[in-house]
Amino acid sequence: MSIKVLIPTPLRPCAGKQSTIEVSGQTVGEALNDLIAKHPDLRKHLFSEDGKLRSFVNVYLSDEDIRYLTEDATPVKETDTITIVPSVAGGR
Amino acid sequence: MPLTISDALYNQLRKHGEATYPHECCGVLVGEFDETGRKAVKAVAPCGNTRTDSPTNRYHIDPVELVRIQREAMLAGRDIVGFYHSHPNHPARWSTTDLAEAHWIGCSYVITSVESGRAVLTNSFRLLGPEENKRFEDEHVEVIE
Repeated sequence: MSIKVLIPTPLRPCAGKQSTIEVSGQTVGEALNDLIAKHPDLRKHLFSEDGKLRSFVNVYLSDEDIRYLTEDATPVKETDTITIVPSVAGGR
Repeated sequence: MPLTISDALYNQLRKHGEATYPHECCGVLVGEFDETGRKAVKAVAPCGNTRTDSPTNRYHIDPVELVRIQREAMLAGRDIVGFYHSHPNHPARWSTTDLAEAHWIGCSYVITSVESGRAVLTNSFRLLGPEENKRFEDEHVEVIE
């Protein structure tokens, strides 16, 4: 099954300068693993050394944060889009 | 390399800081990168500040807003090129918190100082990577008619 992943601007240099990548998988975890297999340089930007999603990286399945679904085990379907968005915060 | 923005959009983001004063405002800059990495802002997307626990000195954009803005920008053939926020009663310079919580390498972070409810200075800083050794670099803002 083919699913679209939207890549944010800072990660595109590690993804062949592409903004959208087609991956395969039955779950979010499988889809992200396929993304990493296609573009290994993305791994260090998305995951910490223990293999967990980095704290400032948000992964959304359509409009839902996977942290509030079943994380990696969240099932995906053909029409789904996975969006990766690093967090935006700060203050004086 | 300058960040190019129209006078109308520049005023829009400054007025956002005045409207939310004494709270920090925040939003997204949507536009285009050219082949040299130069950025042109084509739209400003104001966002809510989710840091209701400390809105006078912190901001955070709900990621679901970023997802929506990124999706709409890509459909229009554009990209997220940066972000903006205000510093109420504080200089328009990046803080250690701004740097620690900035993760969009290559993008612009525009900061407006707001004093007594009036926007004063607006500066832009380009985030350079990698994440483990990131830093902000001063970036000229070119305001065009």
